[in-house]
This record gives sequence, structure tokens and C-alpha cells, in this order.
Amino acid sequence: MPKYPMLEFLWIVPLLPLLGSAVNGLFGAKWPNKIVNWVAIGSTGLSFLGALEAVREFFESGQVLFHEEFFTWIAAGNFRAGFDLQMDQLTVVMVLVVTGVGWLIHIYATGYMAHEGGYYRFFSYLNLFMFFMLILVLAANYVLLFVGWEGVGLSSYLLIGFYFLKKSASDAGKKAFIVNRIGDFGFMLGMFLLFKAFGTLDFAQLFAKADRWPADAMGHLGTFTIACLLLFMGACGKSAQLPLYVWLPDAMEGPTPVSALIHAATMVTAGVYVVARSHILFAHAPTAMLVVAIVGGTTAFFAATIGLVQTDIKKVLAYSTVSQLGYMFLACGVGAFSAGIFHLMTHAFFKALLFLAAGSVIHAMGGEQDMLRMGGLSKKIRWTYVTMLTATLAIAGFPPFAGFFSKDSILLSTFENEYGGRNVGYALYGFGLATALLTAFYMFRLIFLTFHGRPRFDEHKVHVHESPNNMLAPLMVLALLSIVGGWLAAPAMLGTGPDYFSKFLQPVFGGVEAAGAEAEARSLEVTLAIVAVLTALLGAAVAYWLYLKRPEKTDALAKSLKPAYSTLLNKYYVDELYAAVVVKPLLWISTNVLWKGADIAGIDGAVNGIAEGATAIGDGVRHAQSGNTRSYAVWVVVGALVVIGVIFFWPFGGKAVIGMVH
Amino acid sequence: MVPTNYYVILSAILFGLGVFAFIFKRNIITIFMSIELMLNAVNLAFVAFSQPLGKVDGQVFVLFVIVVAAAEAAVGLGIIILIARNRQTLNVERVDLLKL
Amino acid sequence: MGREMTAPLVVFFVLAALAVIGAVSLILQKHPIHSALSLIVVMVALAGLYLLLGAEFVAAVQIIVYGGAIMVLFVFVIMLLNAGVEEHTNLSKMAGAPGLLLVVALAGFVAATIAKSAESVHAAPQTGELASTLEISNMIFKDFVYPFELTSFLILVAVLGATVLAQREKS
Repeated sequence: MPKYPMLEFLWIVPLLPLLGSAVNGLFGAKWPNKIVNWVAIGSTGLSFLGALEAVREFFESGQVLFHEEFFTWIAAGNFRAGFDLQMDQLTVVMVLVVTGVGWLIHIYATGYMAHEGGYYRFFSYLNLFMFFMLILVLAANYVLLFVGWEGVGLSSYLLIGFYFLKKSASDAGKKAFIVNRIGDFGFMLGMFLLFKAFGTLDFAQLFAKADRWPADAMGHLGTFTIACLLLFMGACGKSAQLPLYVWLPDAMEGPTPVSALIHAATMVTAGVYVVARSHILFAHAPTAMLVVAIVGGTTAFFAATIGLVQTDIKKVLAYSTVSQLGYMFLACGVGAFSAGIFHLMTHAFFKALLFLAAGSVIHAMGGEQDMLRMGGLSKKIRWTYVTMLTATLAIAGFPPFAGFFSKDSILLSTFENEYGGRNVGYALYGFGLATALLTAFYMFRLIFLTFHGRPRFDEHKVHVHESPNNMLAPLMVLALLSIVGGWLAAPAMLGTGPDYFSKFLQPVFGGVEAAGAEAEARSLEVTLAIVAVLTALLGAAVAYWLYLKRPEKTDALAKSLKPAYSTLLNKYYVDELYAAVVVKPLLWISTNVLWKGADIAGIDGAVNGIAEGATAIGDGVRHAQSGNTRSYAVWVVVGALVVIGVIFFWPFGGKAVIGMVH
Repeated sequence: MVPTNYYVILSAILFGLGVFAFIFKRNIITIFMSIELMLNAVNLAFVAFSQPLGKVDGQVFVLFVIVVAAAEAAVGLGIIILIARNRQTLNVERVDLLKL
Repeated sequence: MGREMTAPLVVFFVLAALAVIGAVSLILQKHPIHSALSLIVVMVALAGLYLLLGAEFVAAVQIIVYGGAIMVLFVFVIMLLNAGVEEHTNLSKMAGAPGLLLVVALAGFVAATIAKSAESVHAAPQTGELASTLEISNMIFKDFVYPFELTSFLILVAVLGATVLAQREKS
């Protein structure tokens, strides 16, 4: 028995969901829902247990980086890419989040999707997603990571377009995949550049080599900067940042568990993970760091403004996700990688909870998603209300919920940022704080519109009922995690001990992070924390006043600020802009240049042209066969002439003839 | 003595006349006769060359040519009779069944 | 021609003229029987030329076989088929101007080719000796016995072929 059996067989953790996916996909069509459930939840659950065991062994081994090459996938010349898995502290966080939250969402989905068609297909795709996501987080080189990267993109497409008979759903799936692809293009170029520069794509070797190189100067487009910017382009696509965020709101066409798992907790965080994993490269490229921070900050603010006025409950949450992802990138951009990962973890908890609870509300309302047609549900669906409120408090950043600690740590690091100068830091801090205000506002707006006030729907038509237990239980667990999830960092805040989370990730991010808390940093931290909480309270209060106390004011406000309001409602017309600038010209080129020009005229023309040429030649040569013997006689003479000519003029033939007679 | 050249030129003239008849005459039998003319011209050349060299190889070859010409004439005339029977004409331009 | 008109030369020219006239007549005659007779004239003239060259055996064979057998066969077939004056059709596109050109080219070519090589032929002293039939038969039956036997086989095949071809149709 090897010393660390689970680590030796680490590949079981991603493989189990793959098996579940295959079994459900191949045989699930004929099975009753119960058996599909067992396969899906069982495989994910076992994977979670496997992950737990692997983590336990990791701790037991003294938190030594574990790296195993299972088999060689590509071996070409000097380049080797293998199915290599690794386990370090960062992987611990990611793999537990993915398997844990994933498992809870699987359980939830058995209740949510119970009456849907294509049940087995849903779980097959969901398990497939789990497989690819686990490959992504466990990979030890960029190539395998990219396999997982592409795979989750594929699963996302399959799941967004799950209701493929609905045109908007299949369009959304295509949009997600294509926009992702644009980002992937950048990611691949980044990979190629890294390989060219360093000769390897294995994390350990690459980072060891890169560390010895000098860093690029600010503003200089050296190798590091370009590679990091390209990788970040991929991250923008996958994690829905400006300008490649447009697919995420449309992705809400997918079933709610999909939105929760893929577009809140796991897939969209893959971009953040990649940036965090490549922190050594980013640290050598201050320009790239600045770009990441600025993009993250502006996206956070931008998305929050759109979320202010949306009426579809899932769309609000979608823009909220984009905004919170912006926070994570902001953190990474200012060098606070562990803060970014911390926020990733807490966000997974409360955002998944928000989506699942929203799903519960939708389920209770019989499919209604428009908040303007809800209201007064707090008494009717108590548990959903309580859990959703918990999550809202967490996302708004109220202590002692999880979001408070993570968001605070980000804002502090932003305030202290040195990259690009202190002024940049202050500006970004301003964006972050404003976003916090808006976040609190629109989240509480959501709560008040959905659960409070008078019911704005016909109570006789819609029979509001609480969700079944298999949907409520995950909500409870996630609510608990939203409360306690941030307490790992609590001792640092309270001044009684270190920030356990960033201490845990120290071996991974060691050389890059800002140093630990000193005395004056402590007081700054507390000040900023209080400012943040007050901001959140302000946002909540405004929402309270507008939506509970004086609901009629909302319409008046909307009318008086009509241009701003409609711009926000139409999402800044970005989709229309893209359609006109990118999609239309591309379609025109495809139709006229490539289809009509190259394919029909060129290729078909060439092929048909050959055929027509052959026919034409045949038509011409046909006249030689006239059937007239005299013409044939002339041809005989021609032939004789040719032969004599050859003998006479050909160098060897002629001399031979003459030589013979000699 | 008569130079060999003269014989050769005569042979060429006869050969050319034979080719001319081969192309421009319309009666099958006449065309056949033109072939015989060409063969004769060639025979003349053979014999003409055998004289100055002092060897009789040329003449032996001429004998063989004559034999083959005879065989060919026999079979060819048989075919001509068949054509005449089938197409009721001796005009070679009427025998154009191979026309595309 | 800076040559004295010796007797052989005169005979040569006479016979040559005869041959050429016969050939031209073959072309110009309209009735095939007249063409056949012209061809006989050509053959006799050629036989004379062979005699002039000292090839007596060949001359004899020429007259007997060519003149006496082959041409007789031709005349028989012409009469059997009741060949008349040939009609004047001109359906062939190739056999017109191109044909004429080619004929001239061909003739010129042949002449040039042979004449070029003929120049380098050293005329052996013309002793006027006639080639002996003994020599010829030696050649045939010793050096060329194989082709000889094959030609006899060839004649057999030809006879059979001609017989089969010209059979009356089985009614």
C-alpha cells in the first residue's frame, strides 16, 4: 500500500464524474430518474470524498507539493506535455470548492429538474463539466489546463443550450462558446509565447525558470507582459470581464443549477485561477498587473451599474457575478492573490446560494422570473427567504458574514497598491467602494422586490409553495458556509492572530504578496473596514427607502432620469454595438468572400472547370475521328514524316543511320 | 556507270508519286495499287544499294519483300471484295462507318 | 551533268522515264483498269533497271511474280467487281492542301535522307559482273533460312485468309 494512496491515484477524482457522465449518457435514456440521480450524485459525491482524502493526505505529508506524471500525452522533440496532476495549497482550495459546491448543486438539481425532459442528458452534461473542471484545477501544466479550459467551455455550451428547442437558448449557447473562443485564441497565443521563451509549459519548471529572468519595466512590452496580457485575454473570455462579458447574461437561458454551478461558482472562476496560478509571470510584468487591475475594477463598476435596473431576477445575479469577478481580478492585479482566491471561495458559497435560492423562488412561482411580478413572498417561502437574505448580507459585505472579510481584504490591498503609483490605487479603491455601494443597493432591491411588499401577482393563478427538501438542504449548507466561510481570516481582523487563509496560501504566493499586517496597517485596515460597512448600509438604506417606503418614487425617478435609465436597461447597447461592428461584417465576409467567392467560384469552379475542360478537349479531338479513310491516310503520312524526322534530326538516331552506312 | 544517287532519286520520286496516289485517289483498288508502287520504289533502292557494296543482301531482302507483297495483295483484295459486296461501292469515302 | 553519255546511262534514263510516266499515268487515269496497266508498265521498267544493276534473279522474279501473278490478280478483281470510273467525291478535309504539302515534304525527306547517306557509299568497281544466283541461294538457305521458312508459312496463312474472306455468303 503506497504511503499516500489517494494522491497516488489522484486521477480517480476527475475520472469518477467522467464515468458518471458516460454511464448516464449512454444508458440513462431508459432509466427512471431515481437511478440517474444515484449515478450522478454518487459519482460526484465519491469524487468529493476522494478530494477530501487527497487533501487530508496532503496535510499529513507536511503540505509538500505533490506532482505526479501519469502518462505522456504529447512527446515531440524537446516538448513534452503529460497528464500531470499536482496538489498544492491553491489546488486544495480549488478542488474542495469545485467538488463540494458541485456536489451540493447536483443534489439541488435532482429536485429542480425533476419534471424536465432530458433529465439524464442534463446530469450527463453536468458530470462532464465536473470532469473538465477538475482536470483544469488539478493540471500541472498549461496544456492539460487548456484541455480542461476548453472542456468546460464545451460543457457550458451544452448546458446553456440545454433547452435547445428554444431559439434564444441555443443562440445563447453559441454566443457563449464563440465569445469564449475569442478569449481562448489569446490564451493559446500566450501559451505558445511562453513555450517559445522558456521551452516548457510545466508549471514547476516554467515558474522556476521565469523567476530567474529580470522583470519587464512598466510600460515596456517585453515577453512577460505580452504573454501575461494574452493569458489575461483568455481569462477575460472565460471569466466574463470587459469586453468579453456579453455571454454571461445571455447564459441565464440555461437551467438555474447550471447558472449556479458554472456561471457563479466554478467555470467563471477559472480565469481568476489561471491568473493566480501564473502569479510569478504576472509579477514580472507590472504593466500586465496594472491592466488586470484596471479591467477588473472597471468591470466591477460597469456591471454593477447595469444590475441596478434589471428586472429579471437571474439577470441581476448574472451582472452581480460579473461585478464580483471584477473584484477578484482587481485583487490579483494589485498583487493580493490570496485575497482574490479568498473572495473566489466566499463568492462561490454565497453566489451559488443566491442562484439556488432564486431557482427556488422561480420554482415556487411556477416559472416566473420577472421581479416586478413578485412580492410578498417572505412569509410563504420562509426557508428560501432566510437563506437568500443570508447570502445577500454576505455579498453586501456585512460582518461577520463571509463576504465582509474577503471584500475588505481586497479593498485594503487596492488602497495600498504600488503598481502604477499610489494614485492608481486610490482611483481603483474609489471604484471598488462605489461598486460595493451599488452591490448593496441592487441586492437589497432584489430582496425587497421579491419578498416584501404586496404581492404583485394573481394569487389565485400562481400557487406559491416551498421547495422540496432535496432543494432546501443544499441551501442550508451553503447558507452556513456563507456565514462561517470567512472566519479563517477573522483573527487577523480582530488582531488576535494571523490571517489563516493567506497564511495557508503563503507557500504558493510567498514571494509576491504584500507583507503581513503591521501596526499602522492594522488601523488603516479597521478604518477601511468601517467605511466599507457604512457604505453597504447606505446602499441598503436607499434600497429600503425606495422600494419599501416609497415605491411610487421608483417610477418617478426612472422617468426623470430617462436617458440614463434606458441606457442602463439596454446594457449600454453593447450587444448592439458588437452586432454591428463585429458580427455583421464577419457574416458579410463569410457569405460573399468565402462562400460565393472562394467556395462556389473558386473551388467548385476549378473542379467543374476541369470537367468542362475535359469535355471541351474531347469535343475538339472528336473531329479527328471522321471515319474518312483518306483523312486517315494523311495521318499515316504525318506519322511517317515524324518517324523520318526523328531519325534524321535526332542526335543519336541520325548519326546511327549515317554511321551504319559507313 | 550510273551513279547510285540516280537510282535513289528515282526511287524517291516513285515513292512520292505512290504516296500522292495513296492520298488523292478515291478508288480502293487504285489505292492498293499505289501501295504496290511504293513497295516497288523501295525495292529499287534496295537493289541499287546492293550493287556498289558487292553484297547480295539487298537482293535477298527484295525477294522477301516481293513475297510479302504477294501475300498482302491476296488478303487485301479479299477484303476489298467483301467491302464491295457489303457497301456496293468502291469509293473509299463512302466507307465511313467509324465516324463519330 | 558533266558526264559522258555512256550506254548504261542512256538506258537508265529511258527506263527511268518509262517508270515515271507509268506512275504518273497511274495517278491520272480515271478507270482502275487503266491504272493497273500503268502499274504493269512501271514494273517492267523496274525489271529492266534491275537487269541494269546486275540483279538478274531479282529481275526475273519481279516479272514473274509481280507482273505475272500480283498484277494479274489485281486485274481479275477489277473485272470481277465491275469497277467503273470512280465518282468524284471530296469529303475529306485533310486530304486536300495539307495532304499535298505532306506528300512533298515526305518525298523530299526520303530523298534527302537516303541521298545524304548515299554520298558516302563508295561505288565498288563496276565490273559488270552479274550477281550469281548461286550466291543468292546460298544466302537464302544458309543465312536467311529462318525468315524463308516463315515467309512460306505466311503465304499459307494468306491463302487461307483470302479463301475464307472471299467465300460466298452462306444463304
